[in-house]
Amino acid sequence: MKILVAVKRVVDYAVKIRVKPDKTGVDTQNVKMSMNPFCEIALEEALRIKEAGFAKEVVAVSIGPSQCVDTLRTGLAMGADRGIHVEASYSFLPLTIAKILKSLADVENPGLIFLGKQAIDDDCNQTGQMVAALLGWPQATFASKVVLDKDKQSATVDREVDEGLETLSVDLPAVITTDLRLNQPRYATLPNIMKAKSKPIKKMTLEDLKVDIKSDIEIVEVTEPPKRKSGVIVSSVDELIYKLKNEAHVV
Amino acid sequence: MMMIHRWRRSGEFVRSACKSLSSLRPEHNSMSPPVSGFVNRYESKGKTFQSNAWNDHNRELDLGRNLGMMQQYKSFGSSSASKVQRNPLFSSLEPKDVSYFKEILGDKHVIEDEERLETANTDWMHKYRGSSKLMLLPKNTEEVSQILKYCDSRSLAVVPQGGNTGLVGGSVPVFDEVIINVGLMNKVLSFDEVSGVLVCEAGCILENLATFLDTKGFVMPLDLGAKGSCHIGGNVSTNAGGLRLIRYGSLHGTVLGLEAVTANGNVLDMLGTLRKDNTGYDLKHLFIGSEGSLGIVTKVSILTQPKMSSVNLAFIACKDFLSCQKLLVEAKRNLGEILSAFEFLDNNSMDLVLNHLDGVRNPVSSSENFYILIETTGSGETYDREKLEAFLLKSLEQGLVSDGVIAQDINQASSFWRIREGITEALQKAGACYKYDLSLPVEEIYNIVNDLRGRLGDLANVMGYGHLGDGLIEPYVYEWTSKHRGSISAEHGLGVMKANEIFYSKSPETVALMVSIKKLLDPKGILNPYKVLPHSFFSP
Repeated sequence: MKILVAVKRVVDYAVKIRVKPDKTGVDTQNVKMSMNPFCEIALEEALRIKEAGFAKEVVAVSIGPSQCVDTLRTGLAMGADRGIHVEASYSFLPLTIAKILKSLADVENPGLIFLGKQAIDDDCNQTGQMVAALLGWPQATFASKVVLDKDKQSATVDREVDEGLETLSVDLPAVITTDLRLNQPRYATLPNIMKAKSKPIKKMTLEDLKVDIKSDIEIVEVTEPPKRKSGVIVSSVDELIYKLKNEAHVV
Repeated sequence: MMMIHRWRRSGEFVRSACKSLSSLRPEHNSMSPPVSGFVNRYESKGKTFQSNAWNDHNRELDLGRNLGMMQQYKSFGSSSASKVQRNPLFSSLEPKDVSYFKEILGDKHVIEDEERLETANTDWMHKYRGSSKLMLLPKNTEEVSQILKYCDSRSLAVVPQGGNTGLVGGSVPVFDEVIINVGLMNKVLSFDEVSGVLVCEAGCILENLATFLDTKGFVMPLDLGAKGSCHIGGNVSTNAGGLRLIRYGSLHGTVLGLEAVTANGNVLDMLGTLRKDNTGYDLKHLFIGSEGSLGIVTKVSILTQPKMSSVNLAFIACKDFLSCQKLLVEAKRNLGEILSAFEFLDNNSMDLVLNHLDGVRNPVSSSENFYILIETTGSGETYDREKLEAFLLKSLEQGLVSDGVIAQDINQASSFWRIREGITEALQKAGACYKYDLSLPVEEIYNIVNDLRGRLGDLANVMGYGHLGDGLIEPYVYEWTSKHRGSISAEHGLGVMKANEIFYSKSPETVALMVSIKKLLDPKGILNPYKVLPHSFFSP
């Protein structure tokens, strides 16, 4: 079985981001970029499944400008067998990504598609779900535990939901999106980095995949959240009541 | 590195073992007493430092927890050399003094509260504790000047205090010295975005300065594990080194100016912001590293560096120390201008950290003898990355490196740093420890650890770690160090811990001149007494 893992190149989780003055987006110039943490977890899970003998190959795919190759190299250094870079000049929204992944799935025929539950730059939490819908495959999102059954060709997944944990059983092929507690991703070791240099990264274009990238969504403006106002010290209970009544309008 | 076991020499040996770096004094033998002669007696006294007998501080009464089998050792040597008496020429605090201080500082900034004083009287390692009854919190240079003028006239001894993160007992009182803490003087005064010159008050916390500079796209030229608490004034007064010295150099180079107040209240304005200024003697250098014994630093002008976005960090495992040294040479050669840190720790240090800190794991899957942290900082993300990878892969092929990982994001990098920076914290949790920082010629560095291990055997856990790039390893034996032409305090200063040991690293003539300068600037000796220079020069 082949596992396809989608990985996204995002602003590093630890960076303090700033909005561009023209409000078109977040400033990514001279800012450290890394693989989305949830994608790292997704890739780690795929690698563990392969090491357990349930899969033969793990393929990492990234969609975006040429720097995405760096992210793919990280994936290869972690242990993925090969990479696919789909060239795109700008960031796409989830539906477009999902369409691209569907086209790829039609070509590669994986038994499992792993994604992070959401990207930390847009927090959409939509791509995995859309891919499953487009493919007509079952989905198990927010996975905190994945157990495969080779004979039954199914996966038992614990999902982290608001009320606690929900356990689903999904038939393969399926789409699984990963949550924080699923695993702790491995480091990229020097021997693996060395091996990664000879692993292939295939370049594909949107024309190759015959995907329509027209989007119905347009980003109008990106602004910072309003700054927290400092608190006010009141001098008496009466003043507090006055403020609660006439300024905050809560009594 | 810590020797869990502390050893002391007798006073006699201290006086006779003066070795200068350039020549041995002909009239003394270079005595090398056997190691076993210095095992001091330990009595397990439970968790906290109970003793009020300051004179015994060198006997390591504070033990923290037991160390398994090590609980009692036979006592062979005495430690008379460490006994220091309170100088009777210093006055004792009187109510009129407290009133005067309250008048000039305001009631709120004159602290007599016992709880607060207890914290201020105790050093970070919980090894030293004074018995001061008063702490003053001046808000500006004028107040510091008034305080010192008064104390000098009254012969009241004082201790300048910053973040109190020092490791040699230099920032806490020995007896009842008045504590002058500059924590309220924490304003940034100016920052020039073109030259990168930052002017700030001495009480600014290093991490806060780093955060401020980050918004401007600059970085402080020094970084240490204590950054969340240490003050820049304290850093300057102790000439702190830290993790970035290999890249940005020492404070003697990066501090462009400072303002200090001398013992009699005189304010010395040496707060230049110029890179080049050859007008007369450059006195600021006297204060940098003087550990508060020549004056209280109140303002600092420091050259900061532009922040470079591309930071890469690798955690490497090496089989032996020779490989570590070769790796250092190759790193400097191959990584050149982008090398920004080169730290090492040994297996024992790694075990200590893994055992005592939460959420820490060994980045390298196999346990090795030595671990190295290599950091590069540059402006070209892909270029730097490729350079580092190429260098490491070549080292792997040559057998210099047995394994290693490269951090893929800032989180991973932080976790690698946590291991190295967490050693001091883990040591504190592990219990009794004696921490030394020594610098030695690079090729000698690990020999002393092996030497000690051989002699101490099962009695102690000896470990080595440090800024290999600067030739520093913590801790070591003074005598061994001196014999091999090293410094007994590479970075932490002399404080009270090593005040009498200076002769291991400096010649008698040099020390005599230091004493003259001290007596010139502080005739009554009220600034941070009993520290830095040998007690014998100042006892009445």
